[in-house]
Amino acid sequence: MPKVNVIVVGNGMVGHHYVEQLTASAVDAHITVIGGETRPAYDRVHLSEYFAGRAPEDLALTTREHYREIGVDAHFGDMVARIDRDNKKVITENGQEYCYDKLVLATGSYPFVPPVKGNDLPPCVVYRTIDDLGMIQVQANNGKVGVVVGGGLLGLEAANAVQNLGLETHVVEFAPGLMGVQLDAGGSGMLRRKIEALGVKVHTSKATQVIEENSDGEGRVVMRFADGGSLATDMIVFSAGIRPYDQLARDCGLTVGDRGGIEIDYHCKTSDSDIFAIGECALFGGRIYGLVAPGYRMAEAAVSQLGSDKVSFQGADMSTKLKLLGVDVGSIGDAHGKAEGSIAYTFSDERVDVYKRLIVSADGKKLLGAVLVGDCSEYDTLLQYFLNGIDLPADPETLILPTNVGGAPALGAAALPMTATICSCHNVSKGDIVNAMDAGSCSLGEVKSATAASSGCGGCAALLKNIVDDEMAARGLEVNKAMCEHFNYTRQEMFHIIKVETIKSFDELLEKHGTGRGCDICKPTAGSILASLWNDYVLDDKHVGLQDTNDTFLANMQKNGTYSVVPRIAGGEITPDKLIVLGQVAKKYKLYTKITGGQRIDLFGARVQHLPAIWQELIEAGFETGHAYGKALRTVKSCVGSTWCRYGVQDSVAMALYVENRYKGLRSPHKLKSGVSGCTRECAEAQSKDFGIIATENGWNLYVGGNGGMKPRHAELFATDLDDETLIKYIDRFLMFYVRTADRLQRTSVWMGNLEGGLDYLKQVVIEDSLGICDDLESQMNAVVGSYQCEWKTTIENPEKLKRFRQFVNSEAEDRDIIFVEERGQPRPATEEERQQILATPA
Amino acid sequence: MTSTLKDQAVTICRHSDLIPNSGICADVTGQQVALFYLPNESPCVYAIGNWDPIGKANVLSRGIVGDIGGRLIVASPLYKQHFDLVTGECLDNSDISVPVYAVELVADHVLLKQ
Ligand code: SRM
Ligand SMILES: Cc1cc2nc3c(=O)[nH]c(=O)nc-3n(C[C@H](O)[C@H](O)[C@H](O)COP(=O)(O)OP(=O)(O)OC[C@H]3O[C@@H](n4cnc5c(N)ncnc54)[C@H](O)[C@@H]3O)c2cc1C
Ligand code: SF4
Ligand code: FES
Repeated sequence: MPKVNVIVVGNGMVGHHYVEQLTASAVDAHITVIGGETRPAYDRVHLSEYFAGRAPEDLALTTREHYREIGVDAHFGDMVARIDRDNKKVITENGQEYCYDKLVLATGSYPFVPPVKGNDLPPCVVYRTIDDLGMIQVQANNGKVGVVVGGGLLGLEAANAVQNLGLETHVVEFAPGLMGVQLDAGGSGMLRRKIEALGVKVHTSKATQVIEENSDGEGRVVMRFADGGSLATDMIVFSAGIRPYDQLARDCGLTVGDRGGIEIDYHCKTSDSDIFAIGECALFGGRIYGLVAPGYRMAEAAVSQLGSDKVSFQGADMSTKLKLLGVDVGSIGDAHGKAEGSIAYTFSDERVDVYKRLIVSADGKKLLGAVLVGDCSEYDTLLQYFLNGIDLPADPETLILPTNVGGAPALGAAALPMTATICSCHNVSKGDIVNAMDAGSCSLGEVKSATAASSGCGGCAALLKNIVDDEMAARGLEVNKAMCEHFNYTRQEMFHIIKVETIKSFDELLEKHGTGRGCDICKPTAGSILASLWNDYVLDDKHVGLQDTNDTFLANMQKNGTYSVVPRIAGGEITPDKLIVLGQVAKKYKLYTKITGGQRIDLFGARVQHLPAIWQELIEAGFETGHAYGKALRTVKSCVGSTWCRYGVQDSVAMALYVENRYKGLRSPHKLKSGVSGCTRECAEAQSKDFGIIATENGWNLYVGGNGGMKPRHAELFATDLDDETLIKYIDRFLMFYVRTADRLQRTSVWMGNLEGGLDYLKQVVIEDSLGICDDLESQMNAVVGSYQCEWKTTIENPEKLKRFRQFVNSEAEDRDIIFVEERGQPRPATEEERQQILATPA
Repeated sequence: MTSTLKDQAVTICRHSDLIPNSGICADVTGQQVALFYLPNESPCVYAIGNWDPIGKANVLSRGIVGDIGGRLIVASPLYKQHFDLVTGECLDNSDISVPVYAVELVADHVLLKQ
C-alpha cells in the first residue's frame, strides 16, 4: 500500500495527540502539520500556571526537532486559508499549497467576545493562547484592577490568572450564577461565597452595554451595565464562552451545525469522507466537547479509520473536577437533576463552606449526577458509581455525609470493574493497570510510566494509588518491603533506625536488627546511610567491607578489571596548568583520556596498583576525588554565564562552583547531578538534573527531580526568583529529605514519581516546613558539609590503607590477563578474541 | 586434614595482610587466588579463584562478601553474580563454578594447599 498523505490543520492539544497516535500506529503515513500559532502544541489546560511562575517552554507538548525526528513535516505560524476539495489540497494564507489524501481539521476554537461597543480597546484581551498571556501581562503592568467577563469554568480560570498577577479581581457574569453549566444553584452559591472570601468580587446578572475610555479617576476604561451600574478597570479579559474555528469548513461546503461546529459522525468524518474533524472544532451529536479528553478520544477514533482496527467515538462524559482559585469543584453527569423522576440529596455546611448534592434515579439504585463544592474527596468514588453503573448502597446519602455522621467509606478499588476508566486523559482502565502489574510493574512510579496514567491533568492520582496499593496487597507484595533476606526493612526504615539509635557500624546494625551476615544489597545501603549520617572515612576498617568495589578502590571498575580515574573539575572550569597535569599523568600511566558527558575529563585503564601514585600526582597538582565511584554528588554542569555571555543574567559558574563544592562528598541513595544556567536559554541543561538552577533577572529558579539516562524526565519548577541564601537552604532541605526517605538506588526523579502528594507535598515539606523537620535537615547537611574530606587524600596519607592497592599480596607481578591494544592513538582493552590471540603468541 | 594441609601448604601471606570481611588476591605460581577473611566465621579464611568466568576478568577478590540463604558468598563486582566461598558454585547459574582452595590460618600464617 502506498503511503497515505495526511494533513493535520491545527496543532493544538488534540491535533498533536492525533499526530502522536498516528505515528505510533501501523499506518504508513506521511504527515504534514499546519499550525496557525507560531509554536508547536502546548498544554493549554495548564496555561494559568504561567502566572504562577511556569515558563512557556514547560508547557510544550512537543518541539519542532521532535517532529522532524519522527518524520513529520510541520509548519507553524501560517493559517490554512482555503480547502480545495476538488483537487484535494489546502492553501495557506502565505500561499503555500499542500495536497492530501486525508485531511484532519483540528482547528479548535476561539474565545467568544460579546459584541459590545468598545470591546476592541487595548485593555480588552482574551485568554486562550501563550501569545494571549503576553498581552495580559502587558495590560496588567502598572494596572490595579482586572475584570473577567464570564463566570464559567474558563472565566474563573482567567480570574485565577488575574489574581496571580496581583490585581484586584472582578468577575462579571450575565447569568444569575457562576458555572451554570456544571453546577446547580446551591453549588453555584457556595462557590460564590468561597471565592468572594478569597477577595474576588463577583457581579452576577450583569449585562455589559458599552466599554469606554476613562477620562477621570482610577482605571483605564469603564464598563457600563444595563442596570445602570458601572465598573472602572485597567484590563478586561473576555472569557464568555468559545466558538469553533469552522470557517474553513463552511467555505468549502462541509456541513456545520446551526450554532457552529463541523458536524462529524462516529468515525469523526465530516460530510466529506476524506475529511475528519476532531477536538473543539467538531460537533458530535449536537454538542461541542470543550474538554481535552473527549478530543483525544476523537483523535484516536479518527486515526483508527486509516487502519484495520476501527474504533468509533461514542460521545464522552463531561464530568470534571477542578481547583478554581484554590476551591475544589466537581461536577458529574446530570448535575441539574433534569432526568425524569430523579431524586436529589443535598448536604451543605456553611461553617466550612462545603456543598454536596447527589442526583439518583427514581428507583434510588443508580447515580445520575453530582455536584461538589469545597471538598472533592468523594469525587473519584462517585464518578465510578456513575460511569460504571454500580448499584448504590441502600442509603445513598451516606456517600456525601461526613464520616462522623455515618458517611460511607470510599468505594474500594477492588469493587471497580476491570473496564472502569481510571485515567480519562490517557484512557487507562483498571484492566490496563492490572495488566501492567501482571507484566512486572510493581510500584506506583512503574505503573505510571507503563500506562501513562496520571500524567495528564493529574486528577486521577489518588484513585490510581488506591488501585495500585490494592493490587499490591492482593499479590502479597506489600508485605515484602524487605530490602533483602537480612533486613526486614525498607531503606527509609533503616535510615530511621540508624539515626534514632545512633548506630555507627554495620555489625551493630546487624546484631540489633538483622539476621545472617549481610550481602551485596544491604551492606552498601547501610554503608551509604552511615556515610550520609556520620560521614566517617569510607575505608575505615568497620566500613570497608560494606563498599562496592568502586568505593573500596575509590575508582570505577572497568570491564577488564582496571579502573577509571575521575578528578573533580567543579562546574567544568579548569586551568591550563591543571589540564597539562592531566595530560602528563595520562601519558605516564598510559591512560585512555576522554571528555565525559559530565563536563570533566576521565582517565581510563589504570591498574589497581597504580591508583595511589596517579592520585598522588593529581592531588599535588590541586585535584580532588570526583566521587565518580560513589552514590554521591557527581557533577554540577555550568554555562559561562554573565561573565562572558551576552545573555547571561547571573554568574552561573560561580554558583555551580559553590554548589559543587558544598555538596561534594554527600552520600545519597543514588548519584546526584546538578546544573546551573546563566539564563533561560539553559545551556547547562539544568532541567535534566536532580536539581537544576536557572538564573533569572531577580535571582534563581530551582527545578527538582530531573533525570537524563534511561527514562529522561524534565525537572519540575520548585521555586522562583530565590536569593542565593534561600536557594541553598532549599537545596539543603531537598537533598537531605531525599537522602532520608528514598529507596536504595532510587534517583530523585523516581522518588518524586512515587512521593505521595508529589511536587505540592515536597513544597510543603521544604518551603513551608509542614513536617517541622527543616532545622534538622539543615543541621544534618551542615554536619556533612563540615566533615568533608577528599577520600583519596586521606588514603594516600595512610600506608595501612595503601596496602590494599596491590594486585597481589605476595608478589609485585602484574595481572597478565589485562591486555591493551592501541586505537586512534590511545590504549583500549583488548577484545576477548584479541586477548586470546595475544596470550597464545609467545613473547 | 589440618595436618595434611600443613605438610604440603605454603605460607602466602600474614594474618595482618588480610582485610576483615573483605578480600585480597594472591599469586600462587601463576594462579590468581582470592582470599577472604571473615573473622566471625569458623573457619575464618576462604580461598577461591580470582577469575570471574562471567565478567572475564580477575576481580572476585574485590567483591562484597556475605551470605545468601546461609551460604557464604562473594558477589562479583562486575555483574553481581554470587559465588559460594566453600564450593565455588555460582548461585545464579549452577553450570558455572570457580575453583576452591584449601586454606588455613595458623598463628600468623595464611597457609594454602597447592
Ligand atoms: C564516563 C561517562 C560517559 C562518558 O564517557 O562521557 C559515564 C560513564 C558511566 N556511567 Fe553514566 N557516564 C557519564 C555521564 C552520564 C550522563 C550525562 C551527564 O551526567 O550529564 C548520564 C545521563 C544523566 C543522568 O544521570 O541523569 C549518565 C547516565 C548513567 C546511568 C543512568 C542513570 C539513570 O538514572 O537512568 C547509569 C547507570 C546507573 O547509574 O545506575 C550510568 C553509569 C555509568 C557507569 C558508572 C557504568 C558503570 O557502572 O560502569 C559508567 C562508568 C564511569 C566511569 O568508569 O567513570 N550513567 N551518565 C560520563 C561521566 C560523567 C562524569 O564526568 O562523571
Ligand atoms: C485557560 C484554559 C483552561 C482550560 N482548562 C481545561 C481543563 O481543566 N480541562 C479540560 O479538559 N479542558 C480545559 N480547557 C479546554 C482545552 O484546552 C481544550 O479543550 C483543548 O485545548 C482543545 O484542543 P484542540 O486541539 O481541539 O484545540 P486548540 O488547543 O484550540 O488548538 C487548535 C489550534 O488550531 C489552530 N488553528 C485554528 N484555525 C487554523 C487554521 N485555519 N490553520 C491552521 N491552524 C489553525 C489554532 O491556532 C490552535 O493552535 C481549557 C482551556 C483554556 C483556554
Ligand atoms: S545559558 Fe545563557 S548565559 Fe549561559 S551560555 Fe547560554 S545563553 Fe549564555
Ligand atoms: S485523568 Fe487526567 S491524568 Fe489521569
